[in-house]
Amino acid sequence: MASESARKTILVALGVCIVCSVLVSGSVVILRQRQQDNKELDKLKNILQAANLYTDDASVKRTIQEKIRPVLVDLANGQILSESTGDKRLDPRRFDLKAIARDPELSRTIPAGKDLAHIGRQPKYMVVYNVIENGQVAGLILPVYGKGLWSTMYGFIALKNDLQTVTGFIFYEHGETPGLGGEVDNPLWRAKWVGKQAFNESGALKIEVIKGIADPASPLARFQIDGLSGATLTTRGVDHLVKFWLGSNGYEPFLNNLRAGAVAHE
Amino acid sequence: MNKSLKILTTPLLKDNPVIVQVLGICSALAVTSKLETAIVMSLAVTFVTAFANTSVSLIRRQIPGSIRIIVEMTIIASLVIVADQLIKAFAFGVSKQLSVYVGLIITNCILLGRTEAFGLKNSPLASFLDGLGNGLGYSLILLIVASVRELFGSGKLLGFTILRANTEGGWYVPNGLLVLPASAFFLIGLIIWALRTIKPETGKE
Repeated sequence: MASESARKTILVALGVCIVCSVLVSGSVVILRQRQQDNKELDKLKNILQAANLYTDDASVKRTIQEKIRPVLVDLANGQILSESTGDKRLDPRRFDLKAIARDPELSRTIPAGKDLAHIGRQPKYMVVYNVIENGQVAGLILPVYGKGLWSTMYGFIALKNDLQTVTGFIFYEHGETPGLGGEVDNPLWRAKWVGKQAFNESGALKIEVIKGIADPASPLARFQIDGLSGATLTTRGVDHLVKFWLGSNGYEPFLNNLRAGAVAHE
Repeated sequence: MNKSLKILTTPLLKDNPVIVQVLGICSALAVTSKLETAIVMSLAVTFVTAFANTSVSLIRRQIPGSIRIIVEMTIIASLVIVADQLIKAFAFGVSKQLSVYVGLIITNCILLGRTEAFGLKNSPLASFLDGLGNGLGYSLILLIVASVRELFGSGKLLGFTILRANTEGGWYVPNGLLVLPASAFFLIGLIIWALRTIKPETGKE
């Protein structure tokens, strides 16, 4: 073992630190662009999957360009904000949900009794995505999130342009138990959402994820999605977060405006 | 050459870090519910053990005894961050599933154990082989455990359906216990039991 003088000790410590920090910061800087591209692509991919438009990685960016139009919505009054709010944080194409939800200026505390999704704070504004087909708005993709059993789950619910029928549902980020709550990723379970009715004819929120299997003979079956067996708490989390985001603290004002024609569908 | 080969192969079975030295158990539980995550984790740990051991060995004559653990940890931590960044850049899907566990390689006892017990006392080449061998020994167990857990826990291997599960319209009823971390304990326990029955000397202190 080497000599133990204080000078030597400090020199070795310093040397090791310098070499290591160059190594670490070098790798972070060199790989940053690639990582950001990955993240961005992953999110876009999930938006497309929610709308059943995803085919392969290569065409993601093009499909997004052609078929998806993001708009910024003020949740409180349900109005669409114009593209140029002047605030970089609110640019629909760069919208960072997690950062906005933490931003005291751009988010609000949810009243205790109303916080169905257990998220504490929510953004005042959300970016929703119009699905454009042949120049017409064919549907709407709404970001949703809330607590599952272990984690906050982030996802999208897609509605048809009747603002009633669900056309897709997906989580792009969650930390639920693989094989149990993690089955929210199972394409077969996600397929159960397609065609369900989120609202009834008078616009009342009816969708629910129930425990067990929905009885197809029941008049409520068109609003009900089977829960995941072995994942009661994750299922409840999904149920709650969907109800929260489609409810009065979520997109309800916006959806009501769309129904009434108070905001142009584009 | 024979000696080098021995350094490389001893940790595979005879002195396996997981089942003989019983180190690095924590991560073996967390990342083995699927084979894919286990493979990436194995590569990351092998990379870090091999290069941490080599780096420590390269400067072993310079490291003062009073700060040797800190120096070892700094080197290990830096390599882990580099591995984590590489995974995020080149295997994004897997990095989402591994989440914090790559970062937690830092706390894997195999790393500090090998640098402290081997890297500090041996030549860089021998240390590299020892690190590689221990990384591979860890990987071997991880892959066995993950194969069993994914196959019987979800009826798949690497995401391909082998036993069609009843949730997907097949006949196989997946064993729910195997997708929970505790099942890895049982599997590792069974492997240790088997090894000690076949080679009783591995169980002796």
